[in-house]
Amino acid sequence: MALLEVKNLGISFGGLRAVDDFNISVEKGQLYGLIGPNGAGKTTVFNLLTGVYKPTRGAFSLDGVNLTGKTPLQISKAGIARTFQNIRLFNKMTVLDNVKVGLHNQRKYSLLSGILHSPAYFREEKAMDEKAMELLKVFDLDKEAAFLACNLPYGKQRKLEIARALATNPKLLLLDEPAAGMNPNETAELMKTIRFVRDKFDIAILLIEHDMRLVTGICEEVTVLNFGTELAHGKTEETLKDPKVITAYLGE
Amino acid sequence: MKKIFNKKNLFALLAVVIGYLLIFLLVEQDILSRQYRSLLVPIGINVILAVSLNLTTGFLGELTLGHAGFMAVGAYAGCLVSMSMPGLPSLLNLFIALIVGGLAAAVFGVIIGVPVLRLKGDYLAIVTLAFGEIIRSVIVNLDFTGGAAGLKNIPKYSNYTIVYIAIVITILVIVNLVKSRHGRAICSIRENRIAAESIGINVTYYKILVFVLAAFFAGVAGVLYGQNLGYLQPATFDYNKSIEILVIVVLGGMGSIKGSVISAIIVTLLPEVLRGADDYRMLIYAVVLIVMMLLNGSPRIAEWKGNIFSKLHSIKKRPVAQKGE
Repeated sequence: MALLEVKNLGISFGGLRAVDDFNISVEKGQLYGLIGPNGAGKTTVFNLLTGVYKPTRGAFSLDGVNLTGKTPLQISKAGIARTFQNIRLFNKMTVLDNVKVGLHNQRKYSLLSGILHSPAYFREEKAMDEKAMELLKVFDLDKEAAFLACNLPYGKQRKLEIARALATNPKLLLLDEPAAGMNPNETAELMKTIRFVRDKFDIAILLIEHDMRLVTGICEEVTVLNFGTELAHGKTEETLKDPKVITAYLGE
Repeated sequence: MKKIFNKKNLFALLAVVIGYLLIFLLVEQDILSRQYRSLLVPIGINVILAVSLNLTTGFLGELTLGHAGFMAVGAYAGCLVSMSMPGLPSLLNLFIALIVGGLAAAVFGVIIGVPVLRLKGDYLAIVTLAFGEIIRSVIVNLDFTGGAAGLKNIPKYSNYTIVYIAIVITILVIVNLVKSRHGRAICSIRENRIAAESIGINVTYYKILVFVLAAFFAGVAGVLYGQNLGYLQPATFDYNKSIEILVIVVLGGMGSIKGSVISAIIVTLLPEVLRGADDYRMLIYAVVLIVMMLLNGSPRIAEWKGNIFSKLHSIKKRPVAQKGE
């Protein structure tokens, strides 16, 4: 059974079917691409999978657990983490604290321990610091740990968002246009990082991307969306050669 | 356990003790005039109010204008309880009153916190403003609160020592909370609610927690206020009081505890210092506030402030990297 199983998922805003009859199944450890022209509904799919929107039709499950209609909080705890198309960092917090917020549900101590700074507080905070620094090292951000997140350059902000998402210890990571605004060198480096993350953390990654070099470079399978419905899916190379897909991108 | 007795904490403890000794000396040696001595408790009460409101506005990032309402609930609940048990020794009586006042305000924190969860920004400000006014008019119209005439013959158990202890506890609780995982969660909601939710922060829980904690300390401040004055009047807790506390918080800087303490002292003292100016008193008060706000935002002042603080910090161990301010 696949890790992420999506069946006939759909949502309507008023009369507009933003996503309709969407199916996908992502295996453990798979790198899966979700592509399509602008306005095809890719980000809406992410918002459905993370509970930001409630689906009006269909269902989805992670690791056999049905997550349809659950809140973002429940879905995060179940093991889906995401990044955002327009970066959403905690700007006025330090880089380290951004990741430590991600560890919120991983290392716990009670409210009372927090207020009294009991031994549990020091033990868990130390563990959190170590874990967070370890994650920052993966993304080469450890030297900037004490910086405010808003003072990081654009590319590093994207990386920090991935690090923060990984801190929640997810089974599935959703990346919304990770290479947006990056130059070819940065994109090449990002591809390496994404592959490395998949191997090191042993997770599945579903990503939305417009940069076809990245998609063909790392995605094993893709699903193509157009006008909220699936146009094609399958092995990356073959799917991208599909005449329907080429028409959707380039017109008749 | 070693970590609790580190250099920084010992330094803070020393500062707290010296601060108290200084006030003790000023009062007991009759160095302070009667007028200023009578201001010590009101200053302290404003410090508690400002620091607790800062948790809501500065750290959670929600603008509320009903802090005086929570203070009123705490004041009336605590003082009524205190009056109902005259036989108890004064310290125990005051302690029970403080807890009851704080808890009563905290209950109202939940009551107001749950419905306003759906509101943001200016809408929240207006609803909380209305909440404060409702509390005040309910108190005016009830019998056991003494109505518009107010509550009289409240035992005067609060003094500057008690208030000082209450300030230390308030600041300790709030600073420690902010530095914990719970505090980070609260700040992350301020920075980006959607992102916070997406990484598993329980936004509802933390919003209500902040409302409840802020209300609790406002209630405690209310009890201290009533037991210092000996009487309570509903008119004291109108929206002017709420706005005064907000002014203190904004002036001291959102999310700065240090700033809240300093600005509470300044804003409480200012009208009294200006008493000599008679008719122009409130005018000068307003002008001083405007000038302070303008200076607060100017980069040159910020730099100057930064320099002073970094000099202070270099006495202790210098951090590896500046925490970019």
